[in-house]
Amino acid sequence: MTPGLAGFVASGDDAPAWAEVIAGVVTALEQGFAVVPERGSVPGGAQRRTWFDTFDWRLYRAGLVLEYVAARRGGELHLTSANPANAVNGATRGQAGAGASTEPDPETTQPVTGWQASRPHMPDLHDGPVTARVAGLVWPRALLPAVTVSSTATMSKLLNEDGKTVARLLVEHPSLASGQHDALPPRLTVTEVRGYPGQARRAARIVALTEGVLPATETVFADALRAIGRHPGDYSNKVDAPIAGIMPAAQAAAIILLRLLDTIEANVAGVLRDTDTEFLHDLRVSVRRTRSALKLFGDALTACDNSKIETSKGETSKGETSKGETSKSQARTDNSKKGRSQSQRQTPALTADDVNRFAAEFKWVGDLTTPTRDLDVHLLGFDEMAHSLAAAKPDDLEPFRGYLEQRRVKEFRALTRGLRSPRFTQLVQDWRTALTKLHGGKRGGKAGATPRSGQPVRRAGDTASTLAADRTRRAFAKVSKRGAEITPASPHESLHDLRKRCKELRYALEFFAPLYGPSELRNVIGDLKRLQDCLGEFQDNEVQIDEIRTLAAAMLGAGEAPAVTLLAMGEVTAGLAARQAMARADFERRFAAFAGADGQRRMSVLLRGGAA
Amino acid sequence: MRIYATYNIKGGVGKTTTAVNLAYLAATESGLRTVLWDLDPQGAASFMFRVKPRVKGGGKALIRGSRTLDEAIKGTDFDNLDLIPADFTYRNMDLLLDSAAGGGGNGSAAPGGKPARKLSKLLAPLAAEYDAVFLDCPPSISLVSENVLHAANVIVVPLIPTTLSVRTLEQLTEFVAGFNGHRPQVLAFFSMVDRRKKLHREITDNLSSERTEVAATAIPALSMIEKMSVERSPVTVFAPRSAAARAYRALWEEIRSRTE
Repeated sequence: MTPGLAGFVASGDDAPAWAEVIAGVVTALEQGFAVVPERGSVPGGAQRRTWFDTFDWRLYRAGLVLEYVAARRGGELHLTSANPANAVNGATRGQAGAGASTEPDPETTQPVTGWQASRPHMPDLHDGPVTARVAGLVWPRALLPAVTVSSTATMSKLLNEDGKTVARLLVEHPSLASGQHDALPPRLTVTEVRGYPGQARRAARIVALTEGVLPATETVFADALRAIGRHPGDYSNKVDAPIAGIMPAAQAAAIILLRLLDTIEANVAGVLRDTDTEFLHDLRVSVRRTRSALKLFGDALTACDNSKIETSKGETSKGETSKGETSKSQARTDNSKKGRSQSQRQTPALTADDVNRFAAEFKWVGDLTTPTRDLDVHLLGFDEMAHSLAAAKPDDLEPFRGYLEQRRVKEFRALTRGLRSPRFTQLVQDWRTALTKLHGGKRGGKAGATPRSGQPVRRAGDTASTLAADRTRRAFAKVSKRGAEITPASPHESLHDLRKRCKELRYALEFFAPLYGPSELRNVIGDLKRLQDCLGEFQDNEVQIDEIRTLAAAMLGAGEAPAVTLLAMGEVTAGLAARQAMARADFERRFAAFAGADGQRRMSVLLRGGAA
Repeated sequence: MRIYATYNIKGGVGKTTTAVNLAYLAATESGLRTVLWDLDPQGAASFMFRVKPRVKGGGKALIRGSRTLDEAIKGTDFDNLDLIPADFTYRNMDLLLDSAAGGGGNGSAAPGGKPARKLSKLLAPLAAEYDAVFLDCPPSISLVSENVLHAANVIVVPLIPTTLSVRTLEQLTEFVAGFNGHRPQVLAFFSMVDRRKKLHREITDNLSSERTEVAATAIPALSMIEKMSVERSPVTVFAPRSAAARAYRALWEEIRSRTE
């Protein structure tokens, strides 16, 4: 039997219904076979299985599913395909015949010892085929248990008129191992005995035709995830906001910002537990995107809509939509079809001052996260940095690593204080309330509003489509203008500024991606990404050089800087400076590729054809 | 892959019960991926495993290669143990082997010649899938048995404790010694031994100690072994603690230790 796969599943909502279905299957099979319970233990009969992935489903996105099967001593890791094409054949090749083809590929199975399924730790894994395959995919994220299932199984032999076993029926009873041990629908698998494929097909047909039996279209893993309200790939730090071109601009803006807020909130627990460094990274990216979004189209949120909308209660919205008072459920009620019989006037969800206040608060969150993330970046790249040394030895840098780790402990403490503070809690709550109310609005932003940048704005337009085209065009114009002004003599700051403008443009393209043609978008983003990489290499190296200098001075001041360490740090900064110079030399070429005549044409095609 | 053949020119000496029990023990107790080929057109081994003695296309299709052995394999009711069933057309296997090898009808004229190695070639692809192959041979001296002797690594010879049986063993040993290149190991054991008979006691005791190719383990004449054809399964399955089961376990242990 292939682990986790089954031919059929019993329909119904509870154990008695399932038992009835299984009894029906046995009765139906008895018309064609003698059905005899298999004596002794069923291979894999009683199992406790836990599936693992990273928070952002890196294994699943790579087409893999990692399963841990617990055993008395140690256990086994199984790495299988995320797309088991043979899951629903109805009959799978049996385990009776030597050399049957359904045994897990030995290349993707690995015995493990000392592994705690509840707290898996990658470095605890010994070398093996599974470790080799997943380590690179997972790093630097942690493996997390997605769901655990306990199951028992019974096997019956299906005998022909000679008393020969010609097929088998495996009935597996899985249930969630955590919480209330909720039972999952039983799975029925007909397994083939080698040389009797016709009999297995016949048995599978009988099972398929039995009342209450459905073909198993999903794995136990998928069933179990659904039972706890999840599905594979249910987290991504991508924006992927469900917006449409004809949507009112304010509504589209609110949807984008709500999506970003979801990501911020999804990562807070992982940051506080310090599960891995990427929770903080994703939180920071979403905060940065939020700030850019406010800058790009914050004006769309402040539009006053004087049209009448309807609520279920028929009360004026003024009283119930004051900041911080409207719950998510209330907002949903406002949008329900139920109470559209009466109407009222809506006050604006946000004023320009509100937007400025939120922007300032998100800047506070961004600043709060910076010191820890900077130290994470140093530590994540530490081994590579240490091994790139030519004159110094990698060990010379160890005091530097120790110092970075010490600093991180201190900075992380400050970060967690901030994220646990009433200020942060209130910010997130108020922001969701305001956005939820806007999300429910039916009309777009008012023309002529002023964005936070304070620049004169032409009409934002009423729809997401016009907002997207307008703001993307403006962001691109800024990049083109500022980039064109850069010469070899320009100060570093001009490149840093251009990098920020490029980020804004990139975010604009990502926010409004559903409104653009995918291939046109790819064409624009490809060159933009290469330009961003170049600018990122330039600035990141500079920032790192500055930080290492500052840290060296601090270490010296604290008496924690051996001479060899300072020398090694000097060599590191020299290497960073060389890389920065290379990035600077590459800039003109990268910029021309993105914003030259071809780049301008690609952007025109995107804006003309996509955001309509 | 190690190939064991149970062979004796005489019939009714316990070849099939030996093949069935040893193959079962190899698969289930030694954990070897095992296949038993029932070469006897009577199909007794197939009967024991409740498999119909029938091969699609018959022996002709297998020998000529229009069907592979792999296609003929049937899973038994036991883990790790498969069976290639008998077929009534195996009665003509001599002719089939000779013609498939391009022989002129006198394939046995040149011991070790090509017609005598056809079975080896047929079995070779199974090496990827199996650790042990058991060949249950029909009682005869023929091109089939010559093929079996060339293909096998170990010839397991059940002997009834009589003077004539001993002579048969000597003839077989001499015949195998004349092979060019690969020579199988011959390992005989006394079967259907009745310790109440003086002749049985003398022959088994003397030959087991005098001749290295005779195993120390003997299989007694027991009604439990005869019951296999009623139960249609290896004796270790329906009477795992019986004297018969113990005797076959001991024999398998001795064969393994002396042939590896």
